[in-house]
Amino acid sequence: MNGWLQHLPMLPIATPLMAGALLVLLKESRRKTRLALSFASVLFQIFVAYQLLLMTTGHMPDLWPQNIAVYLVGDWPAPFGIVLVADRLAAVMLLLCSILGLAALIYSTARWERAGVHFLPLFQLLLMGLNGAFLTGDLFNLFVFFEVLLGASYGLMLHGTGEMRVTAGLHYIATNLAASFLLLIGIALIYGVTGTLNMADLAIRAGQLTGADRRLFEAAAAILGIAFLTKAAAWPLNFWLPNAYGHACAPVAAVFSIMTKVGIYALLRLGSLLLPTGAPAAFGGEWMFPLGVATLIFGAIGILATQQAERLIGYCVIMSSGTLLAALGMPGVALTGPALFYLLTSVLALGAFYMLIEMIERTRSFGADVLAVSLEAFDLDDPESPDRSDDVVGVAIPAAMAFLGMAFFCCALLVAGLPPLPGFVAKLSLLSAALQTSATDTPSLAAWTLVAAVLLSGLAGIIALSRTGIRLFWTAEDIVVPRLRVSEAGSVSLLLLSCIALAIWAGPVMDFLEETALLLDRPQSYIDAVMSHQPVRALGGMP
Amino acid sequence: MEIILAIAIGVLTGSGVWLVLRPRTFQVIIGFSLLAYAVNLFIFSMGRLRVSAAPVIDKSGEIDPLLYTDPVPQALVLTAIVIGFATTALFLAVLLASRGFAGNDHVDGREADL
Repeated sequence: MNGWLQHLPMLPIATPLMAGALLVLLKESRRKTRLALSFASVLFQIFVAYQLLLMTTGHMPDLWPQNIAVYLVGDWPAPFGIVLVADRLAAVMLLLCSILGLAALIYSTARWERAGVHFLPLFQLLLMGLNGAFLTGDLFNLFVFFEVLLGASYGLMLHGTGEMRVTAGLHYIATNLAASFLLLIGIALIYGVTGTLNMADLAIRAGQLTGADRRLFEAAAAILGIAFLTKAAAWPLNFWLPNAYGHACAPVAAVFSIMTKVGIYALLRLGSLLLPTGAPAAFGGEWMFPLGVATLIFGAIGILATQQAERLIGYCVIMSSGTLLAALGMPGVALTGPALFYLLTSVLALGAFYMLIEMIERTRSFGADVLAVSLEAFDLDDPESPDRSDDVVGVAIPAAMAFLGMAFFCCALLVAGLPPLPGFVAKLSLLSAALQTSATDTPSLAAWTLVAAVLLSGLAGIIALSRTGIRLFWTAEDIVVPRLRVSEAGSVSLLLLSCIALAIWAGPVMDFLEETALLLDRPQSYIDAVMSHQPVRALGGMP
Repeated sequence: MEIILAIAIGVLTGSGVWLVLRPRTFQVIIGFSLLAYAVNLFIFSMGRLRVSAAPVIDKSGEIDPLLYTDPVPQALVLTAIVIGFATTALFLAVLLASRGFAGNDHVDGREADL
């Protein structure tokens, strides 16, 4: 049993890789086999992520006594070979990613996976890149997984084609190529200064740098930070996002809602490891907090200004990134736990929202409204589009409009952060932690800025979403009651129900995340776990 | 040698950035290719410049680290070249698709209003 379990941290990467490779080989006509394989892979990923989560709470003390799973991929000891590390944060992100993946996959079976070739393999590879980016403990390996997930996302972004989608994809690819080059320059510079790429080793060596070396290291970290902030959609590096996400097809856009969080995850991970030796400015409060607030304000203005529903959610994504950056940029550890809770709810809610909006768009009869331009952009509604064929549409759910309305209402509550859904729990705990964080009796200016920005952006979110809701549901003339497939409604319900579950079990989840935040604040256990992990075979011995 | 390499990286980066900011898709892709060259040279230089020193360690006998150059940046460059090549090729395909859809080679798919 132990022999199998010790490979647990590798499985979230190996499973989608194998499934993706097999899916490329299987003919498109063998649809049932392909779908079965995809679902088996995603369900297994959920299972593995859950096992890793159990491991981090001390369920496998024989293998990993420190509750941090370390896996030496080439069986070389830590600073030399590539390591995979699954601590609490990584395990939470893995579980979140696989649940979102399951929902998007269910949704795509209704029609999107047949709107072009290679949807399923690319989807698996995207999951592989995401899982790898969460697990890796090596800086260059992080770059490689970023490229894997971006490569898959380029393909998925263009899925379904159409002029608007290709133009948006062109901009998306160009932005990400430039960011990848920055990432490479930063990584190379860090290697040049410290001589290591292992993150745990880096955390030790960064503290030993002095003088010019330290300044060069700071510069390298700043370049790296810019690359991560571009991925995390921080202002002013986020103009690519609303257009790209708005033009991607719905299940893809739903998975993309976790991709900006990968940038935040990388910032959080490196910031946590470098913290004891003095985090470089890019990962500390000096940059992240003002950028986060600026991102929030930009998102709030954008959400008020935009008219198209898909772009509106793009600005919601930006607002959630801004909230996270501002919260993580605050000094101290008190805000990290609530910020992680906010991350969970916002990813699930925005994923559901993207899929929901596509269904709602179907209620509008073709060319009936002022948004003729956006119809071209979202060529779903074009009756002549090859994406749309009537035989795909399946069993009609009665009261489809009621479902859509309720789901939209839930999503709006989640995004704006109103009770009773967990968006409220997240924002409330975030704000109360911000006001309690200062040592003195009066909260700092930064805390009040955060409170004001979060509340005002929430207000902007409510105004914009209720306006959109009124426009979508209460204009009686042209509404066509859509025929929803069970899979489409089911996937949105799955995400919303997991949000509601988060609200019900908010206490235990929050405790777990607070503990995670404490561990991030004291990265010594992470560093020790990585550096002390011994290879299975003795070095120099015969295999 | 350091000066020459630094100038080469600088010229490649400068030209690359300028081309990436141009409105024609072909200019953008050439710009990204130049940037990729510059980044690869930069990674390579991070292993410190050595002439006629092997990166692969000889198994027999005592090992004197002074005789060898750092192999890690060379491995990194190989990976970066492959990834850069793949993404540039993909960008080229998207560029052609965009040209086909829009009928022109502007990055926005339509000519700017002058």
